[in-house]
Amino acid sequence: METLIDIVLLSFLIVIAIGIIVLRDLLAAVILLGLYSLVAAGTFVIMDAVDVAFTEAAVGAGISTILYLCAMRWTTDRQKPRGNDSLPALVFVTLTGALLIYGTLDMPHYGSADSPAQTHPEVAVRYLERSAEEVGPPNIVTSVLASYRGYDTLGETVVVFAAGIAVVSLLGLRRRRPSAEGEEHDKGDPPDGDGPGSAARRDGSDREQVDEPPEHRA
Amino acid sequence: MKRFPRQNHRVLRVVTRLLVPFVVLFGLYVQFHGDYGPGGGFQAGVIIAAGFILYGLIFGVQRVRRVVPPSVARVMMCLGVLIYAGTGLLSMLMGGNLLDYDVLAHDPLHGQHWGIFSVELGVGVTVTGVMIGLFHAFASARNPEDRRRSGLPDGSDHPPLRPPMQSPSQESDR
Repeated sequence: METLIDIVLLSFLIVIAIGIIVLRDLLAAVILLGLYSLVAAGTFVIMDAVDVAFTEAAVGAGISTILYLCAMRWTTDRQKPRGNDSLPALVFVTLTGALLIYGTLDMPHYGSADSPAQTHPEVAVRYLERSAEEVGPPNIVTSVLASYRGYDTLGETVVVFAAGIAVVSLLGLRRRRPSAEGEEHDKGDPPDGDGPGSAARRDGSDREQVDEPPEHRA
Repeated sequence: MKRFPRQNHRVLRVVTRLLVPFVVLFGLYVQFHGDYGPGGGFQAGVIIAAGFILYGLIFGVQRVRRVVPPSVARVMMCLGVLIYAGTGLLSMLMGGNLLDYDVLAHDPLHGQHWGIFSVELGVGVTVTGVMIGLFHAFASARNPEDRRRSGLPDGSDHPPLRPPMQSPSQESDR
């Protein structure tokens, strides 16, 4: 039964991934991306990794979908037509993929009891056997993340913090709404004074940013 | 705007109003129940931020700005990291190693409990702040063209995707 669910979920993932690649409509692609995360969260639940599934569902299906949608306001919601796909690139990508898959053949099977990660006396075995008396929380994932590997989690938090600071300083959190008008003009693109027909004229040119609000083009 | 026809979205508004407190409550549950079930600071931060963002999507960025101004989001980002690192420093001051919670209380288990609690709190605060800050940054920092064309009066910042209520006169302005 579990194998069946695995097969269904994984084929969903493949179908959705192909859909994302094929679709030119970015809005649909973003929604599919959220769906992808949701299905991925399902596979994590099947693997009993509820914490990971939780994160995937909240971040992948929730927040990042919204952030993509917000980011779409800054560009268009149509993908530019791709050029011709080159044959060497296809060969190269297939070769690399095949190499990577070949590399996984060496790895221990999923859930195998004698994989090094399960048998190392100072890692999994110790956490499972002694976390209750050493750390306490019934959820061993929490005790590993917050206590045994607290240093790593500190690093992760700093990474999240740094990412937030970076985005905020790049895009800017405006302090005052109305009075920041002049300053905004300085920060943004040089405003080119063309009217609302400009997006149509620019289509097909190599200019990446089309600064019309989405509703004009939809 | 054919994609999101401008409507009143009454159902969305009512449901959102009902839902947001529970979303935030669930986030707090995940935050403080992470010891016993799945979850922890990161997931909780994301869920709480999602509550605010949902509110912002339906009622407009301005309303979220009033509840959590960008400055607060910025302070939260830093505060969380400070709480986390501060816990580590505190454990050093009390004679242990960095982030060694055993020394935080008389009983090592209690110390661990407090340590994990405050560390997870730090993660949650940072993640909430970052997510809300990202939303503010993406949703309301508009490029100048956009603002000029939209013809909105100064200071009225309409939400990113679907302005909740806009009079037909403004619609025809565009």
